[in-house]
Amino acid sequence: MKIAVCVKAVPDAATGRRIEGSSKRLDRSGELVLSDFDSHAVEEALRVREAVGEGEVVVVSMGPERAADAVRKTLAMGADRSVLVTDEALAGADLLVTARALAGALEREGADLVLFGQQSADGDGACVWAAVGELLRRPVVSQVSELQVGPGAVTGKRQTEFGYERVRAPLPAVVAVSDAINEPRYPSLKGIMGAKAKPQEKLAAADVGGAGESRTVVLALAPPPARGESRRVEDGSANDAAEAILEFLAEKRVL
Amino acid sequence: MKLLVFLEHHEGAVTKAALGVLAKARALGEAAGVVAGADVRGAAESVGGPVYLADDERLAAPLPGPRVDVLAKLVRDEGFDAVLFAQSVLAADVAAGLAARLGAGLNWDLADLVEQDGALVGKRPALADSVWVDAGWSSPVALALFRSGAFDPAAAEGGSEVREVAVELEPHSLLAELVEAASDEGEGGPSIEDADVIVAGGRGLGSPDNFALVEELASALGGAVAATRAVVDAGWYPYATQVGQTGKTVSPKLYVAVGISGAIQHKVGMQGSGLIVAINKDPHAPIFEYADLGVVGDLHEIVPRLTELVRSRQ
Amino acid sequence: MRPSDYPPPWRPEEAITTPSESEPVEVDVLVVGAGPAGLAAAIRLGQVAPELSVAVVEKGKRPGAHLLSGAVLRPGPLRELVGEDVPSYGEVPGEGVYFLTESRSLRIPTPPTMRNHGNVVVSLSELGRWLAEKAEAGGAMLLPETDAQRLLVEDGRVIGVRTGDKGRGRGGEELGRFEPGSELRARVTILCEGTGGHLTGAALAHFGLAGASPQVWALGVKEVWRVPRPLRRVIHTMGWPLRAGARYREFGGSFIYPMGDELVSIGLVVGLDYRDVDLSVHDLLQELKTHPLVLGLLEGGDRVAWGAKTIPEGGFVALPRAFHAPGLLLCGDGVGLVNVPALKGIHYAVESGRLAAEAAARGELDGYDSALRESFVWNDLRAVRNMRQGFAGGFWRGSISAGLATVTRGRVPSADRPTERDADQDLIRTGRASSYPPPDGRLTFDKLSSVYLSGNRTRDDQPNHIRVQTDVPRALAEMWARMCPAQVYEVEPVEPGEGGRSEGEGARRPEMDGEAVGAEGEPGWGTEGEPGGSDGERVKLVVTASNCVQCGAITAKGGRLTPPEGGSGPEYSLT
Repeated sequence: MKIAVCVKAVPDAATGRRIEGSSKRLDRSGELVLSDFDSHAVEEALRVREAVGEGEVVVVSMGPERAADAVRKTLAMGADRSVLVTDEALAGADLLVTARALAGALEREGADLVLFGQQSADGDGACVWAAVGELLRRPVVSQVSELQVGPGAVTGKRQTEFGYERVRAPLPAVVAVSDAINEPRYPSLKGIMGAKAKPQEKLAAADVGGAGESRTVVLALAPPPARGESRRVEDGSANDAAEAILEFLAEKRVL
Repeated sequence: MKLLVFLEHHEGAVTKAALGVLAKARALGEAAGVVAGADVRGAAESVGGPVYLADDERLAAPLPGPRVDVLAKLVRDEGFDAVLFAQSVLAADVAAGLAARLGAGLNWDLADLVEQDGALVGKRPALADSVWVDAGWSSPVALALFRSGAFDPAAAEGGSEVREVAVELEPHSLLAELVEAASDEGEGGPSIEDADVIVAGGRGLGSPDNFALVEELASALGGAVAATRAVVDAGWYPYATQVGQTGKTVSPKLYVAVGISGAIQHKVGMQGSGLIVAINKDPHAPIFEYADLGVVGDLHEIVPRLTELVRSRQ
Repeated sequence: MRPSDYPPPWRPEEAITTPSESEPVEVDVLVVGAGPAGLAAAIRLGQVAPELSVAVVEKGKRPGAHLLSGAVLRPGPLRELVGEDVPSYGEVPGEGVYFLTESRSLRIPTPPTMRNHGNVVVSLSELGRWLAEKAEAGGAMLLPETDAQRLLVEDGRVIGVRTGDKGRGRGGEELGRFEPGSELRARVTILCEGTGGHLTGAALAHFGLAGASPQVWALGVKEVWRVPRPLRRVIHTMGWPLRAGARYREFGGSFIYPMGDELVSIGLVVGLDYRDVDLSVHDLLQELKTHPLVLGLLEGGDRVAWGAKTIPEGGFVALPRAFHAPGLLLCGDGVGLVNVPALKGIHYAVESGRLAAEAAARGELDGYDSALRESFVWNDLRAVRNMRQGFAGGFWRGSISAGLATVTRGRVPSADRPTERDADQDLIRTGRASSYPPPDGRLTFDKLSSVYLSGNRTRDDQPNHIRVQTDVPRALAEMWARMCPAQVYEVEPVEPGEGGRSEGEGARRPEMDGEAVGAEGEPGWGTEGEPGGSDGERVKLVVTASNCVQCGAITAKGGRLTPPEGGSGPEYSLT
């Protein structure tokens, strides 16, 4: 069984802020790490392989060259090899360009199951898996918090705003797992040391069907609208305070 | 500007968030909604104004694939300039699938949409709400996914104009199958990530027993209970409810902080909340710097009284 | 009352273990710590013995995450090692040394030991990242997020380390993602753990290598600021806000270094032998920033980084008797290779790492000791060996003694003056905290927001890594609470809803100048009936371990820091 996991290397929150310097110094503006949500997808792929008893786990990603270090962490966790689509032409890719590149790489792989990681709350809303599923013309099941793999099909339990559902999809299928599905393993020392020896393939845009153009554009950046003046209630009785809060909530129409 | 709005529905009623997006679309131009499902004519009629109806057994399950087909066909047949969605698990999948089908740009997490020089521009907060982005489209059809609750619904003028459309589905849209569905029985209210209202307790409560005050207020407001790192560390409340840098990040419409000093480790977990009300006896607590309403006083008296008032209002 | 009256529940033997794994990971040389010493060792091994497999374990999230210094670096040794210029913020453009009073500054001639001609300003954290790339390019395998918890010793020989577990809960239980630590064996283990090194301390005890005098430390708290006007000199200050009287034992000073045109690094370093319960280096740094000299430099700017770390200050007399044991070599700050008056340690660390690598490559570990003793490291440290100890007699006496030592290049005073353990100092109270400025969020800052700025996102639900007694007299608990720059320690509130101290609020006690706390060796003795509890009253110490930025101050003053789960702690990038 071949399981592909799509991951993204994202800027690390701690080193994200960049300061310009004038003298010769390191440019560490974008320390990239594996997205937290993706580690759940990698973990699930490893568990599926363990449950099935055999299989190959290949990690697919699109990003700059230095994303390779972040992607290597998936190999340390236990994935077998990785494929990184990296190309100048793909810089600043939007949802569609990203989906096309990933779909191109996934078609080359011919995986039975494609996994993505997804935040379980509203979060990003960047549902690239649904776009990829459509391009591959395969069923998509998202927000999966429990996954069962049977012969030729998967069944996912998913959480929605209204409750939960169980959805069955024949393989090949695209599944986006929520961060509630599992606890990603820490790589073992042997895993970390063995990761360097595992194949990390690089593909150019041409290898996956070309880059294409982004269909969305950032027009401008602006400071956020003012939060509104903040009010204070200080003197008076507890009853006064409680009533003031009630009035406030009513005025803001949150009751 | 011809706009199509995806009207998600549940148990026969269109969702409030979707109706909000429809109201926004109507303010921007010529807007129609689309309801896709099985036996949903009633829902479509309840909306008022032009609404396309795709009614078919194969649409009974709330799965994204068939809805992509319905919307794609509508866009091609009726020539819409934009398709708008209110964020939800289903809507996000449909929007992205439609983007791939049409080769159209999708901007998501939008808080607003305006027209500038004849083109649509979406507005979206970024980088932990520290900056706002103007996002545009370069495709003939623009797809937009709006934050939950971005707009309020408005009553439609005139009566209902439901137009039924034929449903043609691609083979791959029929592959996924709904095996089982159930509503959440609501064990103790919504989870903190989904809740619209959160009441959070901190060290100022004084003892774990006082979390009862927080729970009562949350229950009265129909919200979830959250906790700070300090009280979770002390074992007063479970880690799953911890809000903050090393806990969960939440952005409810209303966040009531009870006995919380509001150091930055906590702030980054809830600063995206719509409204922040803080109750603390220390007038210098950092939380008062960013609360919309700051109440300096004894929470042990204020919170129960507030709970009473909220309950009596309902 | 002295902190050493309440020693931490920790024995060095807890950090030593025998091997037990059947299929351990094995390398030729294991380096513990990806700081300047460890990376210099790894780089040198790649040069002289590329056929050897070399692994460098680092407890921080990435190399540089736990590195912090001023820093003004003597670039020669590194340039020689790496064969190219070190990335820096340029040569020291000029300097000024000032003696401060609360409102004035008096320029004094730069003491010869502090001259920095030819030296360059660097960020040690950035340097670490750069060196790590060099080390990897030379073939070393870097293993970040990996803490070395125990030394593997078999038949009196060090054969590697055991790494720490990951995924344990607060009570020590195994969580869903539990991954046990593993053995990493090597023919030679080089410990480059930095200040207060965990395994280094255990090894010194286990192999009986401790030096003539105990190690002592200073705590440095620093910030990096983006400033509107470039600073064109390296500045050092002494005096205010530290007090000169011998009774206080407040040795130290500040540094203000330009980092290019846009950034300034400012820090305050204070010896941990201070006696005042209320002394908080972080808050003294905030106070320092309100001085007209400093305010003028920072006004209109923004704080962009913060961090804290201890510096070993025992110098020559506190060096170990030997720097090696079977299978083991010791380098850098971990063994105290720091020139206190010159405020230099990085180039010594680099030199020691280089020499250790050469010894490891030859397989002759005792050769390392002789090489170290013949190097400039030894001579430099010997010349300044008594300078720090003189300050036990207060600022003025210390300065005279230091001046003498400088002029005579260490020949006067001739005998080696011993150091006194920081934890052995009796505590006093002076109400000092009432002068700490309340945080305004623009110039002065509280501890919690500073911890946030350090990038610390330590996982909360893990065992407490700090060994300290928690049922202690109030004065001791309060001393720890003030000492720690990261607000790890708090006295458990007595009243419901008291919620601990607010940051920046001064102590509410009346001025009690130098009043002794408790009585020597008699816990529980203090002024009774005082509001708020007496000094000797037993309280409960609350430890919020996840705030810890692993500076090491607690190890100096009555507790012990051990490494938490790998990857925890700060994520410094500019310090």
